[in-house]
Amino acid sequence: MVAVRKPKLAVWKFSSCDGCQLSLLDCEDELLAVADAVEIAYFLEATRAQVKGPYDVSLVEGSVTTPEDIRRIRKIRKQSKVLITIGACATAGGIQALRNFNRVYDFITAVYAEPDYIETLATSTPIQDHVPVDFELRGCPINKYQLLEVVNALLNGRRPVVPAHSQCVECKAHGTVCVMVSQGTPCLGPVTQAGCGNLCPSVNRACYGCFGPKEMPNTASLAGWFGDHGLGPPHVRDFFRSFNAGAEPFRRESEAHE
Amino acid sequence: MSDATAAGASGIAKTIKVDALARVEGEGALYVRIKDGAVKDIKFRIFEPPRFFEALLRGRMFSDAPDITARICGICPVAYIMGASHAMEDALGVMPSPAIGDLRRLLYCGEWIESHVLHAAMLHAPDFLGLDDALQLAKSNRAVVEKALALKKLGNDILEVIGGRAVHPVNTRVGGFYKAPAPAAVAALADRLRWGADAAQDLALLFGGFDFPDYEYDYTCVSLRHPDVYAIEAGRLVSNRGLDIALAEFFDHFGELHVAHSNALHGVMTDGSGPYLVGPIARYNNNYAQLSERARDVAKQAGLGPVCNNPYRSIVVRMVETLYACEEALRLAEAYEPPAPPAADVVPGPGKGYGCTEAPRGICFHHYVLDAEGRIVTATIVPPTAQNQPQIERDLLGVVEANMGMADDDLKWRCEQTIRNYDPCISCATHFLDLRVERD
Repeated sequence: MVAVRKPKLAVWKFSSCDGCQLSLLDCEDELLAVADAVEIAYFLEATRAQVKGPYDVSLVEGSVTTPEDIRRIRKIRKQSKVLITIGACATAGGIQALRNFNRVYDFITAVYAEPDYIETLATSTPIQDHVPVDFELRGCPINKYQLLEVVNALLNGRRPVVPAHSQCVECKAHGTVCVMVSQGTPCLGPVTQAGCGNLCPSVNRACYGCFGPKEMPNTASLAGWFGDHGLGPPHVRDFFRSFNAGAEPFRRESEAHE
Repeated sequence: MSDATAAGASGIAKTIKVDALARVEGEGALYVRIKDGAVKDIKFRIFEPPRFFEALLRGRMFSDAPDITARICGICPVAYIMGASHAMEDALGVMPSPAIGDLRRLLYCGEWIESHVLHAAMLHAPDFLGLDDALQLAKSNRAVVEKALALKKLGNDILEVIGGRAVHPVNTRVGGFYKAPAPAAVAALADRLRWGADAAQDLALLFGGFDFPDYEYDYTCVSLRHPDVYAIEAGRLVSNRGLDIALAEFFDHFGELHVAHSNALHGVMTDGSGPYLVGPIARYNNNYAQLSERARDVAKQAGLGPVCNNPYRSIVVRMVETLYACEEALRLAEAYEPPAPPAADVVPGPGKGYGCTEAPRGICFHHYVLDAEGRIVTATIVPPTAQNQPQIERDLLGVVEANMGMADDDLKWRCEQTIRNYDPCISCATHFLDLRVERD
């Protein structure tokens, strides 16, 4: 029998909080099995060992915020057979994309005494703005079971089963009482992609959109409902402008309420 | 991405660099230049790109701060959620009930367990065994790694039961919680926490048997201190040099310095007394007497006295604190009654407030000013790794000076290990690491 080469997995970090790659280490029950199934070739948060590319699968966390980032992601793309972005930073620019709505120099001078020491781009942008991406896994942070599904699907040559429907569908499936209907609490669930595990509505909290826009979201209609529930324009703007502020439908809707 | 070059047969002059430090959270580098047997330059760089949290918070409602600042760090989001919440409550005159305070402490114990075990067992322990990572350790001693993973999972499960999610919890808000967790779900943690205390004890004793490099430093230890308990989520700011201040006096004693080689602002004491230490060793040295009898007993068996000045032994202190966190979480879980209401009422308005908690890596300080509507005018966040950065550089200097004869690769690894003593969260300090030692 011919020995089968283990697929080489690399985990890359750009501008981010590390929470999404931590989700891989948080698969406590599965981590050693994953490590048996793949060769962890590059994962700086977990290991000193580094294996040279090419890589079968690259998981990319974080957004592009420096000129060096652009050079680095292009190099990673060239070395990767399959490139998957994980989390809101990599798929939409993350919370740091709030800078896209302001002048970045104002941000630097607000935080740093010596602005000239800081090298940064004016915007925080998702990975797919710079290189082709094979699959985007949403969430701030990602759901670890969805991550395992994506890695498993790739290793077995099938498409990952990751639903693109709205959070509302998840609430109905779980029998969770609608916070907007029952409490009048403005909720982003109707326009937000499911996948978190029905978290916020289960604790009587409105969905705050951390999985980003679902397919074809009607944000304008939902914003109208928010107005009817007494939410003023600055609050509607800020509601759409958080962890997925850079995702096109949310960006557009937030700018409609400037 | 590291290299070491020795110029000249004598190795008198050389540079050691680590361009991208592994097994830390975030990105950083180290540069050391040695000439004529003396260290000429040490720079511990943080090149994690800046994300400008303090700027992007401006204009947002006070209620947004906990969830937004949580995204500073995926390993210790509770530290940010809690610090921001306390600061907002201070600004708006909100006093959450003692039951809400207890539930917050229970949640925070979950973060200490999860973060400490991740660092000590998965990231730091391989240094003492000459291994690249915990997966290699799993090949030689799978049972230890499995025990550590199960303990880490217990921490995460506390975060899920109380906070709704392990990374970036959703059930927390200014004033308290959205929903009080069901008593049955909290009660179900109790047996696992009894197991957790035993597991933490086993790991503390195992790590206590490591061969620790011979290095000590007379640290200025800064931590919180609470009158009744080992400080985690609340207290006054104290040091082992006699400092004892309210949070509002922070800026009278501490400042931040922006240096060219780092995107993290350096924490400094305004009296010019030099670097200071925050984190497990600082807490242990300042508040040892408030640890449980069992935690102190295990500390002694694991080779620790009441004061620890060897930074490599921080791995043992972390496990002693993990043991304490399991005991404390058990106490809180057994006494749990759902707070009613789950959150105190909060009326938006103007104000200024301070919040500080003991993140796993050390004190994490928040200060906000709010306008009449309750929107953030200014935000100042001083994370633990930024405060430790000057002390890390000072330790590196001492370690390199004491080990000048060591082969470059060994010295490089020793330097990396020295930095990992601090469990540096580089993501949070940016506002971390690549090692270069230059001998010329």
